[in-house]
Amino acid sequence: MLRLCSLIILLCMALPARAVLDIEVTGAGEHQTPIAIIPFDGESALVQHISEVIKSDLLRTGLFKLIDPEGKAPHEAKDVNYADWPNVETLTIGQVIQLDNGRIEVRFRLLDTVTQTELLAQAVSSNKNQARAIAHHIADSIYAKLTGSPGVFSTRIAYVNRLHKLNRLVVADSDGFGEHVLLEQKQPIMSPAWSPDGKSLAYVSFEQGRAMVYSQSLRTQKRLLLASFPGSNSAPAWSPDGRELAIVLTHEGSSQIYLMRTDGSNLRRISFSEAIDTEPTFSPDGSFILFTSDRGGSAQIYRMSVKGGYAERLTFEGSNSFSPRFSPDGKSFVFAQFKGGRFYIAVQDFSSKQVQVLTPGGWEKKPSFAPNGKLILFATEILGRGILATVSSDGRVKQRMTPQKGDIREPTWGPFDKQ
Amino acid sequence: MKKLILALVMINLLAACASSKSRDADEQANNGSDSAMTEDSATGSANAAAIEAQNLADAEAAQAAEEAASQAALTPQSSVYFPFDVDTIQDGDKAIVQAHGAYLSEHADRKARSEGNADERGSSEYNLALGQRRADNTKKALVLSGATADQVDAISYGEERPTDTGHDEAAWAQNRRVDIIYP
Repeated sequence: MLRLCSLIILLCMALPARAVLDIEVTGAGEHQTPIAIIPFDGESALVQHISEVIKSDLLRTGLFKLIDPEGKAPHEAKDVNYADWPNVETLTIGQVIQLDNGRIEVRFRLLDTVTQTELLAQAVSSNKNQARAIAHHIADSIYAKLTGSPGVFSTRIAYVNRLHKLNRLVVADSDGFGEHVLLEQKQPIMSPAWSPDGKSLAYVSFEQGRAMVYSQSLRTQKRLLLASFPGSNSAPAWSPDGRELAIVLTHEGSSQIYLMRTDGSNLRRISFSEAIDTEPTFSPDGSFILFTSDRGGSAQIYRMSVKGGYAERLTFEGSNSFSPRFSPDGKSFVFAQFKGGRFYIAVQDFSSKQVQVLTPGGWEKKPSFAPNGKLILFATEILGRGILATVSSDGRVKQRMTPQKGDIREPTWGPFDKQ
Repeated sequence: MKKLILALVMINLLAACASSKSRDADEQANNGSDSAMTEDSATGSANAAAIEAQNLADAEAAQAAEEAASQAALTPQSSVYFPFDVDTIQDGDKAIVQAHGAYLSEHADRKARSEGNADERGSSEYNLALGQRRADNTKKALVLSGATADQVDAISYGEERPTDTGHDEAAWAQNRRVDIIYP
């Protein structure tokens, strides 16, 4: 009997961690770099095969074409015969070395088969159960070397998943693995917002019967009730320096924008209209706020100084526009455009004022940029079920991430992990 | 025995008062939306009524209950509906709100909640704001009709608690709504 129990435990341990989201990629970049990722020596001893995670990460960008190594399996630079790889531009090889205390070291090399040079050589070590994190780190390094932009495979996303009448506030890796439930309750949860250091989330919870703003540490789980004024308290957004939050309150009339310190003190109002002013978001330099307002008769995107004052209307196309977010370089913003009964994800350039619609349209809401500015995460629906999707910021590569369970809403992409 | 009868009468009266709401409650139960927040369901009212009845033992209370019943009969509907992206009370619904305002004016001890809702067209935050404006405007109309501001709590659920989870105009029309309830 004891033996049976331990067998079951072993089986459970041997099962690979399943993706919480099934991912489907459509479209491709203009030029796809042909790359071969050789299975790493010694990785079969791990629950997660490092090379498989790297392949899956790179594939999702639409920028790479994965070439089958057809059985060729060099693991060290001296074993590579460049003549064997006429159809690839780069080659990734590596090995996993078991250290003491349950740790592993992963050594990898990125080789340019055209110039026959070594582009990258790194050794990364961690706890054995963090093999996925190592693989994401390697994929980030490869992506950065080959595209010139930092990778976002090690970043996290947050969203609300409704399942069996329960609302769950979830943090997950950007590929949908490692789901971690921060809050679970019957009452609605809205508008999760990442602190710039990635250590806390602010959000709206109805647990006390109406909308109030909370913040919560991801590490300690400690929660802080930040705003519980009469009416609705909502739409938290962190300033880029992490010292202040913009929030929306209704206790002095219609929904208006306020700033406060992250402990809830020093509250002051910065928008003064009779209209709905909501969904504030800071510019990367912290000097401007974009927000949604119906002051002109329909919901549109406006920009004002973080000190308040004059607000400039930015959107005119479509019947309504919602949920603005600055691009990380501050040169454009993404928003949800409502037109002809459908929602689209669109980007508008600040200097040219040109709008580019990135998605085919549907029930597409709540866009947010990946911290490298190359991808946009948003919520959409398939057969009435909320799912996550991303689109590259040029509109070329799209992917849908279907949850195995539940109805996903309110996604938001977290910042770079500051180690 | 007298107390028991009174309790039963109160349950019936308050059930009548909540009857308009029970339609929504039934719908919510049917489409499986969150019912834990719906504390104004028939059971909740009955429990509340039983507790309240224990505290009321004199004829004056019975008189108040009768008035409540007559007012409930005057205002069989406690939901008001709005066109798309509109937050002002429609002419056809003004009488309902006025009747509730008059009732609250005559019963200073009673509290009401104005709960605003919106359809799913718009962002969740915009819809929370829109639902709040609908709830606030309903509260203002209740106050104009005699209620005091302290008697009415205006809150919004935005698009978070649809009574009809469909994605068409018929469903959206049901969800652009303020419920006036007596918690």
